[in-house]
Amino acid sequence: MPALTAPELNTRLDALLNPVLSSRRTARALADALAPFTRGQQEFTLRWTEIIARTNYEMAYQFVAATPAALATLDTANAEAWIIHAMDTYDRAGLYLGGEAFKNFSAFADRGAEQNAVRFDEAAPVLTHFVCALAGRRLELDVAPVAWTDTATLYLPPRMAAGKTREQNFLIYKIIATLLWAQCRYGTFSADLEAATQQHADPARALDWLNFLECVRLEARIAHLLPGLIRDLRDLNQLRSAAHEKQFARLLTLDATVADSIALLDTLSLENEAPADVWTCTLRPAEAATKRSARIAQEKDELQAALAALLAGEAKSKTQDNASSTAGDGETFEIETRTNAAGEPEHELSLGGKPVAAPDHVRKLLDSIAQDLGEIPDDYLTPRADSATQEDADVEEIPPEEHPRYYDEWDYQRRHYRKHWCALRELDVPAGEGDFAGDTLKKYAPQVLQLRRSFEMLRGEDRLMKRMTHGDDIDLDAVIAGYADLRAGNELTERLFTRRHKAERNLAVMFMVDMSGSTKGWINEVERESLVLLAEALEVLGDRYAIYGFSGMTRKRCEIFRIKRFDEAYSSDVRGRIAGIAPQDYTRMGTAIRHLTGLLDTVDARTKLLITLSDGKPDDYSDHYRGDYGIEDTRQALIEAHRAGINPFCITIDHEARAYLPHMYGAANWTLVDDVSRLPLKVTDIYRRLTT
Amino acid sequence: MNTPLRAATLQPEARLINREPYYEPIGDEIALFEAATASLIPVLLKGPTGCGKTRFMEYVAWKLKRPLITVSCHDDLTASDLVGRYLITNNETVWVDGPLAHAVRVGGICYLDEVVEARKDTTVVIHPLADDRRILPIEKHGELLRAPEAFVLAMSYNPGYQSVLKELKQSTRQRFVAIEFSYPSEALEAKIVGAESGLDAANIARLLKLAHMTRNLKGNGLDEGASTRLLVHAAKLIQRGVAPRTACHGAIAEALTDEAEMLRAIDELASSIF
Repeated sequence: MPALTAPELNTRLDALLNPVLSSRRTARALADALAPFTRGQQEFTLRWTEIIARTNYEMAYQFVAATPAALATLDTANAEAWIIHAMDTYDRAGLYLGGEAFKNFSAFADRGAEQNAVRFDEAAPVLTHFVCALAGRRLELDVAPVAWTDTATLYLPPRMAAGKTREQNFLIYKIIATLLWAQCRYGTFSADLEAATQQHADPARALDWLNFLECVRLEARIAHLLPGLIRDLRDLNQLRSAAHEKQFARLLTLDATVADSIALLDTLSLENEAPADVWTCTLRPAEAATKRSARIAQEKDELQAALAALLAGEAKSKTQDNASSTAGDGETFEIETRTNAAGEPEHELSLGGKPVAAPDHVRKLLDSIAQDLGEIPDDYLTPRADSATQEDADVEEIPPEEHPRYYDEWDYQRRHYRKHWCALRELDVPAGEGDFAGDTLKKYAPQVLQLRRSFEMLRGEDRLMKRMTHGDDIDLDAVIAGYADLRAGNELTERLFTRRHKAERNLAVMFMVDMSGSTKGWINEVERESLVLLAEALEVLGDRYAIYGFSGMTRKRCEIFRIKRFDEAYSSDVRGRIAGIAPQDYTRMGTAIRHLTGLLDTVDARTKLLITLSDGKPDDYSDHYRGDYGIEDTRQALIEAHRAGINPFCITIDHEARAYLPHMYGAANWTLVDDVSRLPLKVTDIYRRLTT
Repeated sequence: MNTPLRAATLQPEARLINREPYYEPIGDEIALFEAATASLIPVLLKGPTGCGKTRFMEYVAWKLKRPLITVSCHDDLTASDLVGRYLITNNETVWVDGPLAHAVRVGGICYLDEVVEARKDTTVVIHPLADDRRILPIEKHGELLRAPEAFVLAMSYNPGYQSVLKELKQSTRQRFVAIEFSYPSEALEAKIVGAESGLDAANIARLLKLAHMTRNLKGNGLDEGASTRLLVHAAKLIQRGVAPRTACHGAIAEALTDEAEMLRAIDELASSIF
């Protein structure tokens, strides 16, 4: 195929980028730059431009602008990695940084390095566990251009390609994470680092050197705790020179502190740049100090509240033991800190001279406080009950709706998740007016009777199983028959026992109800009737079930409506909420499925069902959710649900469902009810078929 | 020719433990157990898996010189599995005692391991044995067994499983003297692992470090941290010449989880320590 000419390219780009072009900013320069490339490269560019433009036109423009230079050095695979990285940056950090990421393509140039590079996403799940095991408290991991920590989150670079192999790259990640953890653990931030560096002529360079000294100190500490890691690090063959080792001998002892590093800093000349390794991280004293002091204050409150609870518990058991003695008020705890065999401090709590077994969370708190302060100050050990109640009150003041939960979304064109893309809130359905449930039951009275009967038959009850090889009791019928057989010269069967078998229905089912605007009118009515009949049947059956509605508008406002939770009884409140189901906006199904999968995952049941009542394709206002994007995202969400051991099923009334539902749910996991008025009865029928 | 079934059952003497099992007391649990059994009160052992509950039972059985009959409970274990049932042989029915009835008859120790796993109807037979009546009615056989003084009922229970279905009912648990087991202190754990495996102190210290770190992960991706038993397994493997990282992978990481990321994280911990 011949390459496209500049005018042809101009026309295509003009169409794609129209919204961000103007009389002063045309596609001509872009087209001219792209014209010398092969047809394949041009088509690659145009295809991605189209994909990116669906997310953001300006990003697409930035992409085309950067492409000629990028394609000169990158092959297609690297270019895709480059695009994905830039789009991830856009999702996470917005347009400006996303555009910058497009300009910075040279990092993806080295094909060998790219093959062996480890991305943050790959390393983070393992490192999260790793760091948690080291720290005893959960530290978050996040991405930043350079590694640093604010003592609550460890920031790691987005990708690591400095090592020769994948293993080495992962190892470097691991070393960085360990060093950052060690900064928190071994008190790098317990001194005022800003003050220590400000007195030098060049505070920035002083901070770099201090960082280096801390690395030397912390590596010695790590070498004691994790000798294998330091050995691996030496295998990387990037060891500091022996001269340094001698110069910093003080830092290599186990009781060296950050004060020793600061003291050493004052003796250094600081003429040169501080040495740096691939795993060198940076210090940001100001951010760390803010975070640290906030946590210290919070943990003080938490500890005092926990101790108050502990004291109350002690007092209770004391009064049980001996009615005459009561726990005195104002009693304080004492703490004894010892160093265990591994060189880690252990805290032992005692009350009035008697050791007290600290619950796990108290021990973790003590540990966390000691990590920040080096010891547990005495005033921390004064129990203060009111702080606990205070905390509860605070929690209640903030309604949960204020905190949206964020979910990833699958972009089938990028073949990647968009991170934290959809904000979802759980809302309550306002109770509807009138006795909708009662009216429905009246309307379907004959069928309801039938329904109850057929579901009662399904109820799991003890069954006496006869002719078993072993069991609780002898099956006399079988024995007599066997005896006759024996007399007739046949062999005596082994199946001579009866056994009670309890067929338990260990089932949890989640109903996900479409509350989009398209259900307005009688579809909504029929949906509500279906739920009333279903609830009736499920109450007979005793299966655990929950009902949630979903709707929303754009990714920033996905909504889940609570109608009935798993742990809620089928009360008049629930009936009122069913009556109150009203059409809302659009159907961004993927996010709803992800949220409900999470809820269903917390339920302990052998079989878990996620049944969707729907009237059409996934759809959302603007941002291209309609069509393939929405279908693919929903499909991906269902695959995730499947992986979590959940069986999804869809009941739809859309006559065109055949075109897309098999792709989303699989060939057998959906059904079409063509006569909408029969939906209420059909739904219960389908449920019965599904679960027997 | 008429005794095939009887011959298959173990005689009480075979249940006696003749060699002293290795056991390190964590606290005063031995004295507590002896006092409870002397007062004819049944005993409930609480604690996470692999912290020495079963070994403790073997030790006290040896100390009291009574046969130990252990029943590992599972979710299909019924009352008749404990009490006994009729079997048919040679044109007649023969009554065969279950392990509980057997223990009552011979005056041994019946240890119901992980009792919450058993079906709910088993409590029916446990209750009259566990209070001051100390009787075991065997309705099908028309018999009422009265437990001799030597009979001890003990059961174990892991409160760590946070499932509502695996809760012990108050009416059951309040019949027992409860002894709580937890992981031994660091020095004691090192002693135990050393005595069980013969491994050198330096490697044991590293194993304990690893165990401590996995216990940090409890509730953050792991249901339980590495138990003392797992440490003993790993130590035995290392002692036999297996490379420490391999031993930790097989004996600790794979035993704790199936999740790929968690496995990798534990392996990374092990390789950082060894």
